[in-house]
Amino acid sequence: MSEQKGSKIYIVVWFWLLLLTAVEVFLGYKQLPVGTMLTLLLGLSLVKAALIIAYFMHLRFEQRSLTLTLMPPLVICIVLMIVFSFPDGIRLLNMRGGG
Amino acid sequence: MASMAAWGGGSAPYAVPSKKLGMWLFIISDALTFSALLVAYSYSRIANPAWPTPFSFSPAIVLSSIMTFCLLSSSLTMVMAVAAAHRHDRGGAVKWLLATMFFGLAFVVLHANEWMHLIHEGVTPFKNPWGAPLFGATFFTLTGLHMTHVATGVIYLGVIAWGFGRGRFESMDVEVSGLYWHFVDLVWMFIFPLVYLMSIKTG
Repeated sequence: MSEQKGSKIYIVVWFWLLLLTAVEVFLGYKQLPVGTMLTLLLGLSLVKAALIIAYFMHLRFEQRSLTLTLMPPLVICIVLMIVFSFPDGIRLLNMRGGG
Repeated sequence: MASMAAWGGGSAPYAVPSKKLGMWLFIISDALTFSALLVAYSYSRIANPAWPTPFSFSPAIVLSSIMTFCLLSSSLTMVMAVAAAHRHDRGGAVKWLLATMFFGLAFVVLHANEWMHLIHEGVTPFKNPWGAPLFGATFFTLTGLHMTHVATGVIYLGVIAWGFGRGRFESMDVEVSGLYWHFVDLVWMFIFPLVYLMSIKTG
């Protein structure tokens, strides 16, 4: 087992997670349009989530069958939730006369 | 073994112990719970023009950034604990687990502090001084459930550290508790930008 090498990659991943978090906080103080900001922050968070799942939770080094069983249903369910609820939220906003 | 050619998985297609598979299945279901709460939060926010953006740089953003640092670092100490456990280094694993619990506890204390600031400013689940009354309900439900997970995780890791130190648990138990801990960290990676960074007080 290459234990030392293993520790090194975890520290590199941790460093990247901290860096991406710093970028997110920096973006929070930029006066960006809400849609752009949401897209950027969610995009960065998805990258961070992928790093945590792949390396810290070790899924990259498990059988591919485990990943393929766990991830697609999760993604499909979340996408369905978003697809069904967000347009309705925007409809409510328009009915209430908001931006 | 003729069937092995067509079905390479044999009797253990995922090649993980049942404990690990069980934890993964729990994590997927818990991820959907948190997704539903995040979607509910986002739905209320989109639908309400007067959504409050109350988080000033100090203390809220500074505190929540430090909390993020605590959770990310606790994930690093957790993988170190798992690595030590697999090396059969009991003392090392317990030490790293205690470090993970320390970061987890720091997170809970800082977050409770942040809640107290908001409560003193008059935020309740049903009203707040700034606008849409649903803000408090969604904020406290979402961050409260997450804080419960962190607190539960600290207790879970404490039990694992105690049991592994005394030789009652095997290294796989440490690894499975690590999966739970990283998941709690992962959820915060979405709560932090969506709840805090999207609601920074401007002007």
